[in-house]
Amino acid sequence: MSGGLRRNTLPGFGLTMGLTLTWLSIIVLIPLAGLFLKTMELGPDQFWAILTSRRTLNALKISFGLAFCAALVNLVMGMIVVWALVRYRFPGRRLFDAIVDIPFALPTAVAGVALTSLFAQKGWLGAPLAELGIKVAFTPIGIFVAMVFIGIPFVVRTVQPVLLDLDSEIEEAAASLGANRWHIVSKVILPSLMPAVLTGFALAFARAVGEYGSVIFIAGNLPNVSEIAPLLIVIRLSEFRYADATAIAVVMLVAAFLIIFAVNRLQRWAQVRAPAQ
Amino acid sequence: MKGRFPMAIEVRNLVKKFGAFAALDHVDLKIRSGELLALLGPSGSGKTTLLRIIAGLDWPDAGEVSFDGQNALARGAGERGVGFVFQHYALFRHMTVFENVAFGLRVQPRAIRKPDSAIRARVKELLDLVQLDWLADRYPGQLSGGQRQRVALARALAIEPRILLLDEPFGALDAKVRKELRTWLRALHEEINVTSIFVTHDQEEALEVANRVVVMDKGRIEQVGTPSDVYDNPETAFVHGFIGESIVLPVEIHDGVVRLGDTALNIAAERGSAGPSKLFVRRHDMQVSAPGWGGLEGTVRRVRTFGPIQRADIAVPGRLGETVIEIDAPRDRELHSGDIVGLQPRRYRIFADQP
Amino acid sequence: MTMETALPRYTSATDRSRRDAMAARSARRDPRTEPGPVRWLIIGVAVAFLSVFVVLPLVLVFAQAFSKGIAAYLSALSDPEALSAIRLTLCVAALSVSLNLVFGLVAAWAIAKFEFGGKTFLISLIDLPFSVSPVISGLVFVLLFGAQGYWGPWLQAHNIHVLFAIPGIVLATTFVTFPFVARALIPLMQEQGTQEEEAAISLGASGLQAFFRVTLPNIKWGLLYGVLLCNARAMGEFGAVSVVSGHIRGETNTMPLLVEILYNEYQFVASFAIASLLAMLALVTLVVKTVLERRLDEGQIPHGH
Repeated sequence: MSGGLRRNTLPGFGLTMGLTLTWLSIIVLIPLAGLFLKTMELGPDQFWAILTSRRTLNALKISFGLAFCAALVNLVMGMIVVWALVRYRFPGRRLFDAIVDIPFALPTAVAGVALTSLFAQKGWLGAPLAELGIKVAFTPIGIFVAMVFIGIPFVVRTVQPVLLDLDSEIEEAAASLGANRWHIVSKVILPSLMPAVLTGFALAFARAVGEYGSVIFIAGNLPNVSEIAPLLIVIRLSEFRYADATAIAVVMLVAAFLIIFAVNRLQRWAQVRAPAQ
Repeated sequence: MKGRFPMAIEVRNLVKKFGAFAALDHVDLKIRSGELLALLGPSGSGKTTLLRIIAGLDWPDAGEVSFDGQNALARGAGERGVGFVFQHYALFRHMTVFENVAFGLRVQPRAIRKPDSAIRARVKELLDLVQLDWLADRYPGQLSGGQRQRVALARALAIEPRILLLDEPFGALDAKVRKELRTWLRALHEEINVTSIFVTHDQEEALEVANRVVVMDKGRIEQVGTPSDVYDNPETAFVHGFIGESIVLPVEIHDGVVRLGDTALNIAAERGSAGPSKLFVRRHDMQVSAPGWGGLEGTVRRVRTFGPIQRADIAVPGRLGETVIEIDAPRDRELHSGDIVGLQPRRYRIFADQP
Repeated sequence: MTMETALPRYTSATDRSRRDAMAARSARRDPRTEPGPVRWLIIGVAVAFLSVFVVLPLVLVFAQAFSKGIAAYLSALSDPEALSAIRLTLCVAALSVSLNLVFGLVAAWAIAKFEFGGKTFLISLIDLPFSVSPVISGLVFVLLFGAQGYWGPWLQAHNIHVLFAIPGIVLATTFVTFPFVARALIPLMQEQGTQEEEAAISLGASGLQAFFRVTLPNIKWGLLYGVLLCNARAMGEFGAVSVVSGHIRGETNTMPLLVEILYNEYQFVASFAIASLLAMLALVTLVVKTVLERRLDEGQIPHGH
């Protein structure tokens, strides 16, 4: 093979790939690698001690536990919203469709102060809830509410295109075979939406676990009660306890990677199950 | 159009692999100055790869390409003086027809770029040539397939190429437009005097338009010749099977006798040939006669009559039970289903099976 | 019986049978949709949910911002601290977005126009910042540039300020918004293939000419889409910036940080006034995004002028 033969028609591969890798390394890879290097310095005992301290454990429990509950609510409510938006025609449908994206677009600090004022004891919703004896702001319920807010778009936006693409012929086929509406929904439609629903759930969960801005205002931030893991990282940093901050960050980062890995598997599953045209 | 002498192309020992798949397997080809050549073959035969390598859009793993004796591989696609018409035209969708055609002139280095007025005049001339001057301000999305094809051609011609390459030029068009464009392409080729190569999988297109046809299969050239050459004197079993409709029967040659199953056929084998082979006969070269004279016999299963011929399905005995062959017979002797007839190939070719 | 009386009776018989058929159908229900009450229940729940969780907070931002009247709103926005936060936010966003714009174009060219091994892996590396908590995105830069970080002592010795200064904020914002432009462009450019660029090259265009005259016009809406989302996130980023900014008043406070500070000081009108600007940014972003999505769906083919 003569070495002088050129491989690509379009120019610039070497240059653009080189720049891409360099820039990616500077902005993303080296900083993330630094985090892991810092953890290595800790040693397993110290690492373990930090993670199993009562305050850290509780913060992680609160973050992961409430994020899971919030993602579950997002799953159910997301399905209802998707169904209404895709299957029915009602006044304001397009507006509500656009509104779904607001939690994506609204800066988290704005969402945080807005939700806090809304659910505070004298807030528009806080006051009537207080009369019922329910306190939302500055309690774990507040964290949960904020997590539900920021998770809304995920289930809706992952399931919506799948439900839109769902061939109406399969429903007609099921109907012609004698299935009633309940059978069609539960045995035909929901199973085909499953991969998308789980993907949306996982994405909402991942987002809620790492969420900071919209949660800290409404959370109350009482150690062991309403203190989320990202806030504990910030507190440790402000105390210059870098080792503690790093250890918690690594756990959360690994969890996030695992979730993304699961999402990728789900996507592959969805592709396998995509109807062959 | 321009007085330059069209280019001769030579391809030597070209190899191109995509992973384990050999798209081109040691290909040699000489293309004469000014000819209109068709690269014909099924998909995956390597014809498009060969065309793209000549254009400079792909590079071979080994081998040489020269234009008029000069190494072309040393030059990039833009420096070869090659006009390329893409299968799906690759028109710039955000530019008008006019700007599409002008593109090659506008991107020339400032030193040799023509003044704008000259570019406009040239584009106008080209649009006249392809009869699309009235569509100059339209966008590609607003044109029909045939019109897009002609814009793509005008765009390729704008840079005054000495070689014109067309990848499946009629592939994406409907049957009627295709026929019109064929005639038109031939006429255009005579007018512009440029060495032209087009890729096609449609034998009718290749035989009707080209001066010479290169038949390719599995990365290799099977035969190069004029249209009548490849049709009348196919050199390989592949060419016989690919071009024109053929009856193919598995036969066995032993001591110069050709047998189909147990039946000895009244035809001569080439000297020296032996073993399992394929007998190729054109449909209209299978003569129907009265049975009982020895040789191949069969039972008529079904007859369709149209125009001057009758097409009959005839079951003949084979090694593994019956095979049904389709023949075209003149209507001087009516065939009926159930008839037993004798079959005698008038012209035929026998190719030994590849071991 | 005369024909006059027989005829109407005949018609009414078919009417009745038609009515019966309809009744039977509605009793068995059309299996292709839900019964009316269920339908309205689902719509009601969806609308109520979105109203309480999304519309109400948004309305509240503006209600609070204007609760003491327009004058108070305007004076809150013209406060020097507010103006400095707005200036800093615009400046940081402009820098991060430009960096990511150039990176996005370069990366999309390399990834979408060429074939190479490990492409999926490279794309998931580019995606990484999406899955990292904002606080951690800030933390990694503290670990690099902080006083106890890897390069902190060296930077201090040379009197270079990265952390608790604008470079740190730009870095953290660039990290958080890293994937936006590249991810908007890569699928679009992959879908468009390389034929038009090949055609341009074969017509004698240089690589840059092919890029600026052919590629760029084809991806302009996708590019705008990526830049839009990148900008919205860059201006609104809170967590990462809050970790690296140091909250120096009038110097390193971006708009989201100022919202927090004012809120914690019970200056609700001022806090929500700044928040209302950010909320408007979000709304404008959503409107433009919807328009761009429609453009992208149309496949970017201009249909005359």
